[in-house]
Amino acid sequence: MSRALSALLVRDLKLAYRRRGEVLTPAMFFILVTILFPLGLSPQPELLRSIAPGVLWTAALLAGLIGQESLLKGDFEDGSLEQLALAPLPLELTALARVATHWLTTGLPLVILAPLLGLMLDYPVQAMGTLVLSLLLGTSILSLLGAVGAALTVGLRQSGMLLPILVLPLAVPVLIFGAQAAAQAAHGEDPAGALYLLAALLALGLTLIPFAIAAAVRVSLES
Amino acid sequence: MAALNNKYGWAWFHRFASPPYLYRVAGLLVPWFAWPAAALIAVGLYGGLWSSPPDYQQGDGFRIIYIHVPSAYLSMMGYAILAVASAVGLVWRMKLAHAVAAAAAPLGASFTFLALVTGALWGKPMWGTFWVWDARLTSELILLFLYFGFIALRRAYEDPRSGDRAAAVLALVGVVNLPIIHYSVVWWNSLHQGATVFVGQGSDIAPGMLWPLLCMIFGFTLLFAACLARSVQAEVLERERGAAWAAEVA
Repeated sequence: MSRALSALLVRDLKLAYRRRGEVLTPAMFFILVTILFPLGLSPQPELLRSIAPGVLWTAALLAGLIGQESLLKGDFEDGSLEQLALAPLPLELTALARVATHWLTTGLPLVILAPLLGLMLDYPVQAMGTLVLSLLLGTSILSLLGAVGAALTVGLRQSGMLLPILVLPLAVPVLIFGAQAAAQAAHGEDPAGALYLLAALLALGLTLIPFAIAAAVRVSLES
Repeated sequence: MAALNNKYGWAWFHRFASPPYLYRVAGLLVPWFAWPAAALIAVGLYGGLWSSPPDYQQGDGFRIIYIHVPSAYLSMMGYAILAVASAVGLVWRMKLAHAVAAAAAPLGASFTFLALVTGALWGKPMWGTFWVWDARLTSELILLFLYFGFIALRRAYEDPRSGDRAAAVLALVGVVNLPIIHYSVVWWNSLHQGATVFVGQGSDIAPGMLWPLLCMIFGFTLLFAACLARSVQAEVLERERGAAWAAEVA
């Protein structure tokens, strides 16, 4: 089982490496959305400092959504998703592996970019660790939630428009706790509470969401 | 199988899997829900708009709660019905449970919308603004979008059976997430400002205001049930439009 899983992981990472441009799209989107806020509001450092946690988190949420559509599309279109569903490996585990590679290729770049964008928004350097940690936890949950949305819409033509409507309401708690942790750290408060809540959400998501993804994949395959 | 069903008393439930039976039962229930609903709402409106005294702080503005509170409660009740019907449909593969879920979604969304609109109208004279980022209003708004997501996903599928099941999965994910969303919004809000608005209200409501409110809550619940039964009928007919019995009754 672990050999099959690692083969799956390697395959997905290889596929992602071969389509580097696609992988970089969410990261570029993340940068562009973040740049829009100072341009649209005003470049005053005090204002930027106060909105930085929320802006970074909202931009990361939207950027994560950009990549979600492709999460299962390729596998669905070439039929390998069907084979994976038929394989003796539990579909829940396969789904989890798929989410893991997707997070590595789209979520992780956002986490790495965030401190850089944080500096541009005058986010305090000493709070950067909390920002990164909150995004590390949060983007993983978003990848899981997005996978449910992607699995539900993979067979549909207008999946790109439907996906945000399905996923964004569900992602509200992640945004709230993530931005809260980042903001508390920026104010010099203890962000542990919000971070623990994010971690709890991740634990809950890791245990429950794979089942929802698998159920959704099966519905999509039957249609 | 039939004997087994009877032994455990589930035969009555399995009969609902038959479209003509469900159609007939729903049709029979409509007047039993609708007339008491009309009576209770009439009594409640009289009590709420004429006989109960104006609030000592809010004047006559408080009277909107007679619509707002039942709508808000039914917006959540609607999602609960949606989720239970979806779970039944997914677990027992009962197709007509999906019809109930499909009928409940627009109804629940309407009551959510009503709760939001009445909340905003109440907010204008009380808080001086149509919208405050109050925790309850915000989570109600997110609930509205959960309904929209359910409806949009179901409609997006060309094959209605797949649409039903996909939307049912979404409804179950949503119902697990709903309390998390609610509490996250409450905590988010408490970070910005304390729960100043609702403290002390509701719990110590005067009896003269309470009985009309209870009338309205029960009346609205029955109204919801009547509307639900009627739209379940429509939903069943639409699904069975090729069947001979549907052509007969329609």
